[in-house]
Amino acid sequence: MTRKHSKLTVSLIAVILGVLVGCLILMITGRNPLNIFIALIRSLTGFSINNPARGVNIMYPLNWLLSSMPIILTGLSVAFAYRTGMFNIGGEGQYIAGALACATVALLVDLPPVVHTIACILAGAIAGALWAFLPGFLKAFRNINEVVICVMMNYIALYFNDWFVRSFLPIDPLTLARTENFPETVSLGNLGFGTASQFNWGVVFAIIGVLIFWFVMEKTTFGYSLRATGFNSEGSRYAGMKNRRNTVLSMMIAGAFTGVAGAIVIIGNYGYGRIFTTFDNFGFDGIAVALVGGSTAFGVLAAGLLFGLMAASETQFQILGIPSEISDLIQAAIVFFVAIQYGIKLILDFVDKKRINKKVKEVA
Amino acid sequence: MKKLFRIALVAVLALSLVACSSSTDQPEATGTTSTSGETSSIKIGFVTDTGGIDDKSFNQTSYEGIKRFASENGLVEGAFEDGGNFTYLQSSGEEQYVPNLSAFAEQGANLVAAAGYLFQESIESVAASYPDVNFVAIDVAPIDLPNIQTANFMVNEGSYLVGVAAGTKAVENGSRHVGMVIGGESASMNMFWAGYQEGVWSVCPDCVISYDNANSYTDAALGRTLAQKQYNAGATVIFACAGGTGNGIITEAGERRTAGEDVWVIGVDTDQYDLGIYDESTGASCVLTSMLKRVDTATYNASKQILEGNFQAGNIDYTLADEGVGIPSENPNLTESDLAAIESAREAIISGEVTVSTEPQTSETNSLIIG
Repeated sequence: MTRKHSKLTVSLIAVILGVLVGCLILMITGRNPLNIFIALIRSLTGFSINNPARGVNIMYPLNWLLSSMPIILTGLSVAFAYRTGMFNIGGEGQYIAGALACATVALLVDLPPVVHTIACILAGAIAGALWAFLPGFLKAFRNINEVVICVMMNYIALYFNDWFVRSFLPIDPLTLARTENFPETVSLGNLGFGTASQFNWGVVFAIIGVLIFWFVMEKTTFGYSLRATGFNSEGSRYAGMKNRRNTVLSMMIAGAFTGVAGAIVIIGNYGYGRIFTTFDNFGFDGIAVALVGGSTAFGVLAAGLLFGLMAASETQFQILGIPSEISDLIQAAIVFFVAIQYGIKLILDFVDKKRINKKVKEVA
Repeated sequence: MKKLFRIALVAVLALSLVACSSSTDQPEATGTTSTSGETSSIKIGFVTDTGGIDDKSFNQTSYEGIKRFASENGLVEGAFEDGGNFTYLQSSGEEQYVPNLSAFAEQGANLVAAAGYLFQESIESVAASYPDVNFVAIDVAPIDLPNIQTANFMVNEGSYLVGVAAGTKAVENGSRHVGMVIGGESASMNMFWAGYQEGVWSVCPDCVISYDNANSYTDAALGRTLAQKQYNAGATVIFACAGGTGNGIITEAGERRTAGEDVWVIGVDTDQYDLGIYDESTGASCVLTSMLKRVDTATYNASKQILEGNFQAGNIDYTLADEGVGIPSENPNLTESDLAAIESAREAIISGEVTVSTEPQTSETNSLIIG
């Protein structure tokens, strides 16, 4: 009976409740909650309900997809580790490592177009994987909590990036606070269709990421052994699986997803190497995305698009007089409702039971 | 499941009813704004960086320039869709710059303003996409487009003046030692540092300068630690050139002054005198003076040009002469002779008698303690 309340149902209910919480807050503070929907629809479709005469502006949906790309990848990262029983909170560090490796290859290596870009993104993936190696290794072979190591690795990445960029990469003389622009051979193109949107071919890597995740996790023996490790590490070892190797590899693959996110953002949105002063928070967003997406490939895709929509809508929210923090608040509420999914399931079961009782009575 | 769907539907419908009822009072609001005269058609948008609109620094100050212009010309703050003339968009991340700038342009803004060198690439690409919209970018390197004005500040000139103030105090105090804390290495920070050095050494050639890079504009605790270090080393005055990190320096100076030590802080960007008040009863402040960077002048002037129809594309360097940089008009902590020294330095710079460098001297000179 309870089985039919799938993760999808719970997530959908959580999303609806999250948006309702946002509406409620707006109503309490005397603003028009309808504007949330106007803003979301404009970000989603480019159509302005307030100004139908303007027609559809494709820039807004493109910006939505653009902001979804990195968090889909970081969501895949967290989900991949989670399926193997690991909590990858080190996304920020892996993201910065990916961005740094990408910038290094972009600025210090000479390659023809396309090849250069792919090399940069591969470098990002490898750097992300290497950055995630240590937490995975220590967890597998020394049983040290990966959360602590991951968080420390985040800060190491932040400051290591600063030192490395200033020491080895060509610094932009005008600001001294970032690198020179990448050469023209490093580019993800522009798919803005004549608008100011920075939407680019990075989307291909996000889609490939989803497919790789799905194939490896659901369709291969390796994926099966990873999942088995996640269900019961000792049990999987007893069954002859290499649970320690799986733990390390899973973290590294997770790190690679986030590293690619770092690479496509730095090529697509910036075009130069950065000196990070704070985290971009894509790694942390990935945790919410994986949670809401139920840690499956297509769930993460959907959740990534949803959270990307929330991020992209911040502009529209503000234009319509809604504080941008409402977007964060809705996201937080969605995560909250997903986190208490057991409670939601209880309520659903209760509703079901009542209905059955009613039917039984009717029959009687 | 069906029941649940019904409940959800009812909830949504109920909500939209509430929403509709509350939206009925909106036309009145727009009605009142549209009566405010001819100028009401002008639209000015300001995009913040990640610091937010209330950062007590360049975002806030830049927006205040627009506000000041608006209040003088009867412009209304509010979303363009509600008939407002000027408003702002906050960027929660750097990747929001392009979407935010272009959203204003899409909304038919006459002027889109942004402050901070991080906008360099984004404002250039958006300005290229919207040739009919004018842009003003503060602290951004010159951009060769007919619809963009870049505003830069010769902060080295203003820093020279506060350097004179610091040097004079160090001579009066007898310590012959001053300090400076920066928030991070950048070309703009180098200008501050270059001007300050020259200012100090112009009045006190043998003064020692302690120099520390906090590498953070937000870490007040670190600022305080660095202040302790420099004051303990003998510095009389610290130029706190580090945003929020500087608040920690001000705290430390306030405590030391309460304990009877003769130490001072020099504020940055805005007049930070009030921030330095350590004794509420007497109103005594540990902020000697502040190095003002009038970013509000830049947004004010650009807005004015838009209204008057004479928008000036290209780069504008705001200097001491046009009061783009300088010190506050009121400086209760400076004596008459201090002020006289600063005034003569100011005149010398404006007349061209003194040229302030934009690049600092290297640490070869033994008058520096680089920490």
